[in-house]
Amino acid sequence: MRRPFSYPLILAGLFGTWLILNESAAPGTIILGAAAAVLAGSALAALPPPRTKLRRIGVALSLMRDVFVEIVRSNNAVAQIILAPGAGERSSGFVRIPLDTRNPAALTALACIVTATPGTIWVEYDSAESTMLLHVLDLVDEEEWVRIIKDRYETRLMEIFS
Amino acid sequence: MTAAILDWAVFAAQILLTAAMACAAFRILRGPRAQDRVLGMDTLYVNATMLILTFGIRTGSQFYFEAALIIAMLGFVSTAASAKFLMRGEVIE
Amino acid sequence: MNHAAALPVWAQLAVAFLLVAGAGLALIGSLGLLRLRTFYQRVHAPTLGTTMGIMLVLASSMIFFTVLESRLVMHEVLIGFFMVVTTPITLMLLTRAALYRDRSEQSEEVPPAAPSYTPASEGSGAQGTASGPAAPSGPSG
Repeated sequence: MRRPFSYPLILAGLFGTWLILNESAAPGTIILGAAAAVLAGSALAALPPPRTKLRRIGVALSLMRDVFVEIVRSNNAVAQIILAPGAGERSSGFVRIPLDTRNPAALTALACIVTATPGTIWVEYDSAESTMLLHVLDLVDEEEWVRIIKDRYETRLMEIFS
Repeated sequence: MTAAILDWAVFAAQILLTAAMACAAFRILRGPRAQDRVLGMDTLYVNATMLILTFGIRTGSQFYFEAALIIAMLGFVSTAASAKFLMRGEVIE
Repeated sequence: MNHAAALPVWAQLAVAFLLVAGAGLALIGSLGLLRLRTFYQRVHAPTLGTTMGIMLVLASSMIFFTVLESRLVMHEVLIGFFMVVTTPITLMLLTRAALYRDRSEQSEEVPPAAPSYTPASEGSGAQGTASGPAAPSGPSG
């Protein structure tokens, strides 16, 4: 069995969550929180999830910033689509997008980014052909979406989870 | 006078969120398919979380935070379970 | 609401603006559930509430309690983090369930599975449900 400290980031996250939830940094809270984190860490080590290496923290931060900006921007766009007259007649549709990466962590991150952005949703992934199916609320140009996904997200995700 | 701004804002937010919950509830009742109902329920949970937070601001009490956190968690679990049920016909395989 | 008068004006304005903006976004998102035509369009609508909507309400709550109690109140961050992590999961699960159900009914609305699709490449997803309660004859309406 692996030691409870084989997932240090998750341990630190749990510990931080405990402190924020209790809203104190008293010695008692710290001891209890550390105990809870170590206990949860050993439980996690008993069922080892796949480990991923994070590289290029700077790229990850710039990606997060871009995702945030994109979320704000598409919130505005989707709100206008909903409020505009004839909201139901929008040409929305599915786009199949070929992907280069097969890294599970990069795919997961891409799926979460795409789905969290209003107006686009990740529908399915075909592992045999390495393509994803995307549903877009306001679909005008399919080629453009292929380009957006690949240029804006996929290249950087491949750098981060290489 | 200035206290009235916040009063009215909280009141307006409560009206808006109640209207949002009514929309979601309508989608739950109307369907037409089971996935539409589950989507409506998920939206209802998120709106309820926000409404509880608004109650917290109205009363100035921190206790509403925990209620909001629990509603958000239960909403996630129940929507995930319902979606799984729709796809596989059973929740735990 | 006597405590509200204890807040400085800038805090009141910020809290009021963020709260109403967040609730408004949530309403627009829920309105989308009514106005959009198909399920795959409607599934986009609640993301308004679950991204910016809840973030604005949480920010408003954070400012309010931080100023009211004169200490840093930031446990709302937990709800925000939780929402960010869980929303994509629920929506993806729901869309995949809907896609699966539509495909098993040979609906014209959805694209067929990828050319290389075989039940084995998708895991057990396409099998074993025909007799389950979620089969198309089940809770479909």
